[in-house]
Amino acid sequence: MPQSAEKVLDHAGLFKEPEYQEIFERKKDFEGGCGAARVQEIADWTKTAEYREINFKREALVINPAKACQPLGAVLCASGFEGTLPYVHGSQGCVAYFRSHFNRHFKEPCSAVSDSMTEDAAVFGGLNNMVDGLANAHALYKPKMIAVSTTCMAEVIGDDLDAFIKTAKQKGSIPEDFRVPFAHTPSFVGSHVTGYDNMLKGFLTSFWDGRTRAEVSTPTININGGFDGYCVANNRELKRMMKEMEVEATIISDPSEVFDTPTDGEFRMYAGGTTAAQMEAALNAKGTVFMQGISAAKSAEYVEKAGQKRVSLNCPVGVTGTDAFLMAVSELTGQPIPASLELERGRLVDAIADSQAHLHGKRFALFGDPDMLLGLTAFLLELGAEPVHILCTNATKEWTEKINKLLAASPFGKDAKAWPGKDLWHMRSLLATEPVDFLIGSSHGKYLERDIGTPLIRIGFPIFDRHHHHRFPIWGYQGGLNVLVKILDKIFDTLDAQTEGTASFDLVR
Amino acid sequence: MSAATLEKSDDKTREVAQTRALIDEVLEVYPEKAGKKRAKHLNVYEEGKPDCGVKSNIKSLPGVMTIRGCAYAGSKGVVWGPIKDMVHVSHGPVGCGQYSWATRRNYYNGTTGVDAFGAMQITSDFQEKDIVFGGDKKLDKLVDEITQVFPLAKGISIQSECPIGLIGDDIEAVSKKKSKEIGLPMVPVRCEGFRGVSQSLGHHIANDAIRDWVFDKADYEQPFESTPYDVVLMADYNIGGDAWSSRILLEEMGLRVIGQGTGDATLKEIEMMPRAKLLLLHCYRSMNYIARHVEEKYGVPWFEYNLFGPTKIAESLRGIAAFFDDTIKEKAEQVIAKYTALSQAVIDKYKPRLAGKKVMLYVGGLRPRHVVGAYEDLGMEVVGTGYEFGHGDDYQRTTHYVKDGTLIYDDVSSFELEKFAEKIRPDLMASGVKEKYIFQKMGIPFRQMHSWDYSGPYHGFDGFAIFARDMDMAINSPVWGMTKAPWKK
Repeated sequence: MPQSAEKVLDHAGLFKEPEYQEIFERKKDFEGGCGAARVQEIADWTKTAEYREINFKREALVINPAKACQPLGAVLCASGFEGTLPYVHGSQGCVAYFRSHFNRHFKEPCSAVSDSMTEDAAVFGGLNNMVDGLANAHALYKPKMIAVSTTCMAEVIGDDLDAFIKTAKQKGSIPEDFRVPFAHTPSFVGSHVTGYDNMLKGFLTSFWDGRTRAEVSTPTININGGFDGYCVANNRELKRMMKEMEVEATIISDPSEVFDTPTDGEFRMYAGGTTAAQMEAALNAKGTVFMQGISAAKSAEYVEKAGQKRVSLNCPVGVTGTDAFLMAVSELTGQPIPASLELERGRLVDAIADSQAHLHGKRFALFGDPDMLLGLTAFLLELGAEPVHILCTNATKEWTEKINKLLAASPFGKDAKAWPGKDLWHMRSLLATEPVDFLIGSSHGKYLERDIGTPLIRIGFPIFDRHHHHRFPIWGYQGGLNVLVKILDKIFDTLDAQTEGTASFDLVR
Repeated sequence: MSAATLEKSDDKTREVAQTRALIDEVLEVYPEKAGKKRAKHLNVYEEGKPDCGVKSNIKSLPGVMTIRGCAYAGSKGVVWGPIKDMVHVSHGPVGCGQYSWATRRNYYNGTTGVDAFGAMQITSDFQEKDIVFGGDKKLDKLVDEITQVFPLAKGISIQSECPIGLIGDDIEAVSKKKSKEIGLPMVPVRCEGFRGVSQSLGHHIANDAIRDWVFDKADYEQPFESTPYDVVLMADYNIGGDAWSSRILLEEMGLRVIGQGTGDATLKEIEMMPRAKLLLLHCYRSMNYIARHVEEKYGVPWFEYNLFGPTKIAESLRGIAAFFDDTIKEKAEQVIAKYTALSQAVIDKYKPRLAGKKVMLYVGGLRPRHVVGAYEDLGMEVVGTGYEFGHGDDYQRTTHYVKDGTLIYDDVSSFELEKFAEKIRPDLMASGVKEKYIFQKMGIPFRQMHSWDYSGPYHGFDGFAIFARDMDMAINSPVWGMTKAPWKK
């Protein structure tokens, strides 16, 4: 008997025991499988160039994509406003999925409601659900704002959010002056970053439409982080840097508090976030910096139309990325970049210099959201590393142009190829036929690591199987240092593992 | 009646009155119409009543933050998804398959992407043009591509997402046509998320699909060497290996498990159900439909068992053995005897740390009742329980498990559960990932009882040891002593 009270074995150890291994063998008699030899034969074949060709011919079938759907992004965006309840109009299962997705990534609560549309709503439309849903949500959860987005069900039947919300107000579900920013977020268009952008634009229009801008004389700007799994730490880092520069910065959508509340005996459904007053004042700022420009294209366009300067960056990671960010802020505000930040810059350059020999020429594959891939690729290039396969399931034309330009500008980018619109099963073929040293991406990359043996460096969204990564920034010089250490740790761990049975197991590296 | 008994019964009456007052307090916050509706889902169980006195399987109220999912979650996420040698296509936009990708911990043996397709997200990734022009052509092409990239797949299921039923796609016609072309079973499942009120209808639809597209197409004329001891272990989804730590007991008591499902199942094992002498049904809620069908059409009886905690395990093994001859009955006793020392050692180790601790449960399928015995084996008390998507028959069955005065909450909203926990202050909250972090912030120890909080198995004697260890870890973690800053005490 393998189990005992003294040393309790759970799944990780229990099923390796002979009693269970025998069960697995006996079970095969009833499984109707094809036998180990045939499985091995096909497994080997899936790693060949011939298979890669078949795999890349896929037009309809998508396997392990690295993207999610629009309303997920809308929920993240809405969570970043003070006292705001994300509300998704449509089927209820979607909201259960969005909440659990963020729970698993942040290891934090995620509050959002659905108006639970079912068959009758499919026939008659979801107006009644909206009328009751807003009333119930308002009574139970006492929000300051409710931010409405949609599931694909509501989009397919063509529900009109603007009209529905107005009707609900007329029927007394919520007070007439209660603010309900909204966005249509069809999940069959774009991805989670598109939904984020749509919801963000919903907030901007709700606060800014119909108002006249009066630019302030103080060094005031807005910053938006976009769909960012590191928002908790990144937003704090942004605020710290802006304080160093004596810039008054409003983070538009700031979930850094709500996804990082303390365990002190009280559950805070709402915490922090951009306030209504900040949003109103934000119109008069000198400009808005979008940290993930590709993923905030519509919002950026709106900001420009509102008369502001806008700066669209691409998830700046590392030295030159952070330089560009700080210089952009300096240009917008007229504030100089202080010595304290220059010192931080010098420390990051120092760290890179110390470690460059371990990074130079290392070959990387990457997957993730468009802006993050641009930021990480730029960082790898400045480390002297070589990005090889850069795969973006939710790529846009702009992304492909930008990544190709970025790669062409560096000698370290000459072997790289961008793969817009591809999925992680494509990546499997790429890794099998053109091996690299390391893979960078979300937790979903762990299957590739297991299948192909390429060590995975977890940077991206979602990170489900490692804890607390989102508590450390990847932006700013400090963030660059964090990313550098993540990469180096994996490089050294891999090197140590490879020295098994050799003399190269060095104490000092 | 003695004075002491009277006093005790007074205490009980007072407690029940307090719980009822708590329900009223929670309901007060709702708008009138919603409050009236919710009142029917909350109650205090009174001993001797045939059910728990709550309405169930009714639409969730809009805007209340229900914890429920949808029919797709019930079919793809629960019933079909774990069948490992088939490719399950999340048919529609990308999200549903993405969020349910490998998060339910249905363990399986096999080579993922080669002869097993469990921890994968396979989707038709609908774009706007598919909504406008329909997705049948895309599905047709997608099936061909599956056969090219996954040559060892034994079948394909089409798990419908919301748009499929709304845009009028005919996935049944595509399935019939393609099944002939590729020579593999194809199973169209109409589990669009807007159907029904919860995961539950998805289970039912998934069961019907097994009936119509697996059993009715399988060839049961083919010879099969049966034995008198053939059973199928069903409606165990092998979360953290639950089905395996159950199967070991069945085999030890001399039964031949000719099929297991849907956790770690192959399609061939699913086809075995009508061949069995007895169907062993773990999660009644999600697969009773197909069990009833197999009983009616093929005359195979089914038995609902419970392998949580030594008391219920012994009861269940004896119940299963009662269907067979004396050899099996004797062996069942031997198995129970064999594991008694282990269970006793587990109880001796953990009961002193857990006795008297109060538990609130809020889970799905069968766990709101089935795990009660395991907690009681450790001296713990379940003071509140409820089902995400239970029906009346679940609440009837619950009466065999819960004590007088237990708070019952059906399709509880996040608001209600928080208010209940604030007042009751259980020593352990046992629910899902969406609740986990809320209650931990409140300083209430928590275990996820869907995914076993990434632990398990919890079934069987081997699982009970893990269950006890985990409950102890949660409740007796030093972290709960640090939630208040010392200068604030």
